[in-house]
Amino acid sequence: MLRDITLGQYMPGNTVVHRLDPRTKILLTIVYIAMIFCVSSPVWYVIPLAYLFLCSKLSGITFGQLLKAIKPLRFLLIITFVLNLFFSSGSTVWLEWGILKITKEGLMTAIHFSMRLVFLVAGTSVLTLTTSPIALCDGIEVLLKPLSKIGFPSHELAMMMTIALRFIPTLIEEADKIMKAQMARGADFESGNLFKRAKAMVPLLVPLFVSAFRRAGELAMAMEARCYHGGEGRTRMRVLRFTQNDLYAALVSVAALVLTILCGALIK
Amino acid sequence: MPIQIEHLTHTYMPGSPFSAVALRDISLTIEDGELIGLLGHTGSGKTTLVQHLNGLIKPTEGKVIVDGLDLTAKETSLLEVRRKVGLVFQYPEYQLFEETVAKDIAFGPKNLGLSDEEIDQRVRTAMEKVGLDYDEIADRSPFDLSGGQMRRVAIAGVLAMQPKVLVLDEPTAGLDPAGRRSILEMIRQLHAAGGLTVIMVSHSMDDISTLATRLIVMSKGELALTGTPREVFCQRELMASIGLGVPQAAELAYQLREAGFELPDDLYTCDEMYNAILKLAGKEAGVC
Repeated sequence: MLRDITLGQYMPGNTVVHRLDPRTKILLTIVYIAMIFCVSSPVWYVIPLAYLFLCSKLSGITFGQLLKAIKPLRFLLIITFVLNLFFSSGSTVWLEWGILKITKEGLMTAIHFSMRLVFLVAGTSVLTLTTSPIALCDGIEVLLKPLSKIGFPSHELAMMMTIALRFIPTLIEEADKIMKAQMARGADFESGNLFKRAKAMVPLLVPLFVSAFRRAGELAMAMEARCYHGGEGRTRMRVLRFTQNDLYAALVSVAALVLTILCGALIK
Repeated sequence: MPIQIEHLTHTYMPGSPFSAVALRDISLTIEDGELIGLLGHTGSGKTTLVQHLNGLIKPTEGKVIVDGLDLTAKETSLLEVRRKVGLVFQYPEYQLFEETVAKDIAFGPKNLGLSDEEIDQRVRTAMEKVGLDYDEIADRSPFDLSGGQMRRVAIAGVLAMQPKVLVLDEPTAGLDPAGRRSILEMIRQLHAAGGLTVIMVSHSMDDISTLATRLIVMSKGELALTGTPREVFCQRELMASIGLGVPQAAELAYQLREAGFELPDDLYTCDEMYNAILKLAGKEAGVC
């Protein structure tokens, strides 16, 4: 039952987008986010739309998969839309009931903000769909490296993320096993009210924590036995390298950003 | 209360790209009071099979009937089945969770809704059965005990449900030789006390050869062989083809026969082997 949880949403592939350096993809995602916030009116979402279309074509990720990422956000979307629709100030009033009124400006703001959310989520999920969690961690580590000058533990942070990701499936398997073992002793995880169910989790959670700590201790020992001593002077097996493609991707993205800013500034 | 398994097939995640057949058309009957040794290579389906015995997983096809209760039927109470069939998982000490040993053992009986006196009585009996001293250990934290003791506590936790069938999945895994011997001796005594059917999963031939009344050998999700230890262990070639060995004594007998010594072909315990070699040595001495 616990096995149904899928971890992340990485879609393995070997396209141009998949092969881009993770650092490029993280930075370009930031450029993309900036682009979304520079869009001045709903019409100009055609630029990020075209950008996403290009990403989708190049990475083999369909729009359906991108929209799937939005599904969990549907309530937030509806709330954003409704609040903006009814409570924005504007002069062109279309309908009015008491304090609720729908104005032309309100409708535009509602559409604008909802679109912003949709594009943000769909665009950033291109990053998580085409980059494996490990590559993401590597990228983050290198990007945060300059901060280590002021004492920020960039390597340690990335290592912790990598280890956490690696142990999620192990812990799921372990939880499944312990659950079965307690069920064999008559434990009931599936019925009763909320309080009862929370209490029923104790026989599952205590052994799970104990074993997680045991594993952590063993892993630390094993890493030290292989002379791990933090990030200092550590070389990597897969060295991240920028290629021509990274350059092209950066040019296209920055061009799209500039275009968005220009469109917003010049055409009112 | 016999256990009947009829044409049992189990597929993990059917219909998905990850679907894998773990058990294929298994039919067997386990009678009361047997001590079954369930043998098989890693991934042969032993653990999947025993998890069917108390309804932790449901068959994809086929039936499992325990003491007249059909586990595949919707109206069967799983709690009732789990009271009858106690299952001790691999490394059971990793499922201990309570503050004290006594409380942990009481978890099962509590789930059965018994009275406090009854629970206390059962905890004492279960601890006695697994050879733990109530006065000394009952109020200690299970996490302070040694590995062997923790395993006994976990087994006591299942015995306190007073099952009719006790299933143990690799009960000696990860223990030192002394701990292993004492767990095996405990299993032997539990069975000898009567009224309990024991099914023990193992891949140590030597552990199981002296204990079991019947062996069931599994290979790649199918039933490969079943019979008394003597019947099974004289099929050395078949066992080897499954990737399993035979007890060391049987292996020695085989090697000696190959080398031209006259030994009966159904030896498998150390004592038999010892006597046979003495007899052989006496004969040779007589010739010389």
